[in-house]
Amino acid sequence: MSGPSLLTLQDLQVRFPVGMDWLGRPKQQVHALNGVDLEVFQGETLGVVGESGCGKTTLAQVLIGLVKPTAGRILRQRPGGGAPTRMQIVFQDPQSSLNPRLPVWRIISEPLYVQCRGRMTRQAMRQAAAGAAAQVEIPPEHLDRYPHEFSGGQRQRIAIARALVSGPDLILLDEPTSALDISVQAQILNLLNELQRQRGLTYLLISHNVAVVRHMSDRVAVMYLGQIVELGGTAEVMRAPRHPYTRLLLESVPQLGPAVGEDAVSSSTELPGNRQLPSGCFFRDRCPDARAGCERPQGLLPAAGGERSVRCHVHVQEDPCP
Amino acid sequence: MAVLSIRDLSLEFPIYRGAVKALNGVTLEVGRREIVGVVGESGSGKSVTSMLAMRLLVEGSYVVTAGSVAMLGTDILAASERTMLGLRGSKVAMIFQEPMTALNPIRKVGDQMVEVIRLHRPMPAARARMEAVALLQDMHVADPEHILGTYPFELSGGMRQRVLLALAFSCQPELLIADEPTTALDVTVQRQVLLLMREKARQKNTAILFITHDMALVSQFCDRIYVMYAGSAVEDGPTAEVLAAPRHPYTRGLLNALPDRVPSRAVIEAIQGSVPDLTSLPRGCAFAGRCPLAMPACQQRPPSVSVDPAGRHHAACWAVPGNGSGA
Repeated sequence: MSGPSLLTLQDLQVRFPVGMDWLGRPKQQVHALNGVDLEVFQGETLGVVGESGCGKTTLAQVLIGLVKPTAGRILRQRPGGGAPTRMQIVFQDPQSSLNPRLPVWRIISEPLYVQCRGRMTRQAMRQAAAGAAAQVEIPPEHLDRYPHEFSGGQRQRIAIARALVSGPDLILLDEPTSALDISVQAQILNLLNELQRQRGLTYLLISHNVAVVRHMSDRVAVMYLGQIVELGGTAEVMRAPRHPYTRLLLESVPQLGPAVGEDAVSSSTELPGNRQLPSGCFFRDRCPDARAGCERPQGLLPAAGGERSVRCHVHVQEDPCP
Repeated sequence: MAVLSIRDLSLEFPIYRGAVKALNGVTLEVGRREIVGVVGESGSGKSVTSMLAMRLLVEGSYVVTAGSVAMLGTDILAASERTMLGLRGSKVAMIFQEPMTALNPIRKVGDQMVEVIRLHRPMPAARARMEAVALLQDMHVADPEHILGTYPFELSGGMRQRVLLALAFSCQPELLIADEPTTALDVTVQRQVLLLMREKARQKNTAILFITHDMALVSQFCDRIYVMYAGSAVEDGPTAEVLAAPRHPYTRGLLNALPDRVPSRAVIEAIQGSVPDLTSLPRGCAFAGRCPLAMPACQQRPPSVSVDPAGRHHAACWAVPGNGSGA
């Protein structure tokens, strides 16, 4: 992308201890993130896609500061220096991410309340909330209502207004539409695109829904077992996936169209556990193309002539396009 | 003869000063060996329909106001609990969305499978266990003996759903009701489980009523499709035909709202507004409030009429030619 970098992740790792022995030492570790390197540029939408347990949500939580990284660095440098990149987040479930005891205008202005406590009057905060609500098409007369009075789609609009109100540089969207019905999902996706056009927002969109990521993002990062296995322009990756996991994922996504042939066979695929990390390439056990060399850990290798990088020594250079 | 035949079924849940009208004249039929998909958004009544067909709704919490349900020739609404026990599990099986809650968390998978097998077909425990191994092998489970010795929490979601599928097919049912069987699963596992489900159904001559919110899944796995909205089926027909030429504005809206259909970043044609409140439904067509084609005739409920010469594709809309609206 063209814009300057807003956020850089360097070898980010997160492990959660599970099961303590009698001395309080962890017996096992859940390896949620195993070395994520990523850069987010201003004005783009970066999609992060993967199956459950691949570390997508942990990534969002680390970025917003809800989880401390075990190792690695997060650089929140803004172009032109000054204050670090400001971030906001929209969570998956608008039912549980809105305080049920606050009226909508208080929910929306909560980030201002936290950031500018004492320096902002109640009146000014209400005004700011009304402004943000108008952008997400929540009518001003609804500002004194409570979250339970709204439908799921409207609640997600409120969550988006709350993310907008403090004027962040980067908004993390953690599965913003997976709790919504298809017709409402379309409304929210349109709204997010419209807001980005108007305000030049930067999104980091996390989703398991490939169709949503394909529709929304400029670049996409495919995650598998806490690592990025493929990174590149969305159209390019979706059209000609290179990493065997990306191919498996894209093939599995149900698509409108003719019925799957009666003779289609199901390849046996189980996600390996993340307590004991596999040795070598993480995808080796499920990979149809595993061969000598795969027993070494794989790095994210840049493909020639493009912004694509692939964590696979076999497929990084070849063009699998038929 | 149809395996499941629901005619004009209306059902409501009484609440304080009113009722949630969950079903408003559902007509639905599943033929032998047929895989029938039911799609709809949340609150459209797809789960209630299937739960009622199995009579699994809490007795006394609901009132059937009209219609009939016949399953394998049995009138479900009038059947005794004893008759239902004879049907459930043996002739009609069901699998649910969340495989974790459908298994007992404190008993080993093997014990649970043996119990279910012996309940329907009395046999010694050792033989039932061998049967369980065979069933799991049928589901392409690599190491069945090991799976039988584990507790449900030790298994992955996909494996749990395969255990439940194995159980569902253990009695050679004539109908399998699958209520969002793969919503809790990842896409790669989802495809596996559905391929397996269809393969077994074709082998054992089982019909499937497949309930989902995912249009794409229906298009790939179902012979026929019903689209539900606010408690009634607004359109039904052979899957390819309905998806290629949807006649009801809701079906069209639902298909247009999929992000796969428009170029990246283009505006998706969303359906305006949201699902109507089931406690105070409009008198006429329930979709009229969101419909781009709404007209005066929509104050009356449209009947479901055939829209193709073969009479297999139906839509309940006044705007469909032949529905006598004068439009």
